[in-house]
Amino acid sequence: MGERIKILIAKPGLDGHDRGAKIVAYALRDAGMEVIYTGLHQTIDQIVSTALQEDVDIIGLSILSGAHLTICEKLIRKLKEVGLDDKPVVVGGVIPKDDIPKLKQLGVKGVFPGGTPLDEIIKTIREIATKREVQ
Amino acid sequence: MGVGGARYIRDEKDRIVEVIYESGIKIKTFYGPSDLQEVGFVYEQDLGDPGEYPFTRSIHPGGYRSRAWTMRQYTGFGTPKETNERFKFMISQGQTGLNVAFDLPTQLGLDSDDPLAEGEVGRVGMAVDTLRDFEIAFEGIPLDRIGTGLTINAVASIMLAMYQAVAEKYGYSPQVISATPQNDILKEMIGRGMWIFPVEPSIKLIGDTIEYSMKVMPRTNPVSVCGYHIRESGATPAQEIAYAIQIANTYIEEVVKRGYHVDEFARGITFNFNVFGNLWEQVAKFRAARKLWAKNLKEKWGAKQKQTMFLRGLFGGGGSGLTKEQPIINVVRGAYYALAAALGGAQTTAICSYDEAYTIPTPYSALISLRTLQLLMDEVGLRDTVDPLAGSYFVETLTKQMEEKILEEMAEIDRIGGMKVAVETGYVQRKVARQAYEWHKGLERGEYIKIGVNKYTDPGPLGEEDVKLHEYNPRVAEEQIRSLNEVKRSRNNREVSRCLKDLEVAARQGKNVMPYLLEAVKAYATVGEMTRVFKEVYGEFQEPSIF
Repeated sequence: MGERIKILIAKPGLDGHDRGAKIVAYALRDAGMEVIYTGLHQTIDQIVSTALQEDVDIIGLSILSGAHLTICEKLIRKLKEVGLDDKPVVVGGVIPKDDIPKLKQLGVKGVFPGGTPLDEIIKTIREIATKREVQ
Repeated sequence: MGVGGARYIRDEKDRIVEVIYESGIKIKTFYGPSDLQEVGFVYEQDLGDPGEYPFTRSIHPGGYRSRAWTMRQYTGFGTPKETNERFKFMISQGQTGLNVAFDLPTQLGLDSDDPLAEGEVGRVGMAVDTLRDFEIAFEGIPLDRIGTGLTINAVASIMLAMYQAVAEKYGYSPQVISATPQNDILKEMIGRGMWIFPVEPSIKLIGDTIEYSMKVMPRTNPVSVCGYHIRESGATPAQEIAYAIQIANTYIEEVVKRGYHVDEFARGITFNFNVFGNLWEQVAKFRAARKLWAKNLKEKWGAKQKQTMFLRGLFGGGGSGLTKEQPIINVVRGAYYALAAALGGAQTTAICSYDEAYTIPTPYSALISLRTLQLLMDEVGLRDTVDPLAGSYFVETLTKQMEEKILEEMAEIDRIGGMKVAVETGYVQRKVARQAYEWHKGLERGEYIKIGVNKYTDPGPLGEEDVKLHEYNPRVAEEQIRSLNEVKRSRNNREVSRCLKDLEVAARQGKNVMPYLLEAVKAYATVGEMTRVFKEVYGEFQEPSIF
């Protein structure tokens, strides 16, 4: 794929800790991707509508409050409802090991718990976006 | 895991050739009398005895000899009942103050039954909807002896009214209770994200709490300015202090403009500073901060009384310094962070627990933190003498250099028009986010060392099994909503409507809203109902774009 990857970095829910989201946003931008950052306190509907309007290739969520399972489930359901279920979702934040398989089962394509190297995040996102392109 | 730590440049034999602190100060191999001369160190001007202006050494002549630090671990989760049990447990274990953690819906002024609160009720702190919740949370706590930090900002005015109401209900006069609501909205806009209303009305509300406390609750500290979270977001130690003082100046201006003199209220403005990073830089930071705050009050605002110039605060936490990797090592980090706070003369302290990169603390991890603080005071000698590092060629030189760096950072904020402008335009947010990114890259390149993260990374037996996860109980939300519905059924709804109407009128007329909040709280109006009134009158904050 020759196209530049366009990613939405979103802070869903109420959690206001955005240092991680901003660091990842800078890193993805430096890696050549086009990054849209939503800012804080986004509802699921707001995120889906931004994803639609901006026609992003992939959606990245940052969640530190522990509510990642609830939020991812809702987002993926909503994406299906509006016919955007081809948009892959990845999530980063404070995520216990045991929750990773649960998130994958919900349909989350990539999970980046705190401490994941930036290069690994960039590489995984590239792979996911490329796979989608090929499909 | 983020910012924090000095940069070391080594030669091929692993000898350190250069040390650069985060605030940009280069450290020499050794220090002597000529260094003090070079920075112009003069004992009477730069230090003074403990308890004497400019209070670099201590605000009290006796330091920890006259009083050990107040230990105030951040506590709260689930329902008010669970939180009350944990409060009592921590007090029974020797904790001397409380610091209430609220859940995210409460911090954002949403009731537990709000659709936006789903999945978050009672998760990272205690859920509070009405006065009934405070009645349960503070049942059996001696509010005349135990001071309470309320870690809440956008709706701090509501929580302060609620604290007064619960104290009165349990027979304590507002004169004797001591609350410390965090109540620092500018730092929320920079770092922690729990804002609701725009900058101007948010500052107005803070002014209301200061004015009201001065008259009604003299022992209460209505504001705790948090350099803490700005540091967590990527600020250097010098910026942490500089931005905090500039934020405090913004709040002072709001009250001075109402016709008061700093000697009447500024003693109620306290601070919360962070402790992770290089030990010496932190100690110098605290000492320089005490001095600069005193000078700021005296020279900029014309303070006459000593107490007005005291920098009082909680130095502690250190969350960003703790790692997810090899979590048990965070116990040791916490101990050294607490040492930095003690050597820096903290009046109040708390440290993050070793499992906080995973979850909120269990009783096990919270108690380790408390014991760490007790051990420093009672076992290893931190109470022996005031400001034990004073006179060290290195520490005094560094303290003077930190002072210079802090003043430079303060001047930069002045140049762009003060902290209000710096936050509204996203200037500070952009700056600290960029620094956090640069630091993170440096960490990944190995320029900064973090044990377990980029050095000695094999955990051996020190893995995640040391973390006993605090389990979130999803039934908390049901229980909390049931209790909220019960309150709504039993309260006088006509009285609630009247109080909310009065509150709205007062807010529109620009009156001090505190007496109206107190009335509404006592009528069992919900946090969400009162917040909605403010949202209608004040509107909501729009985050400036920083990309």
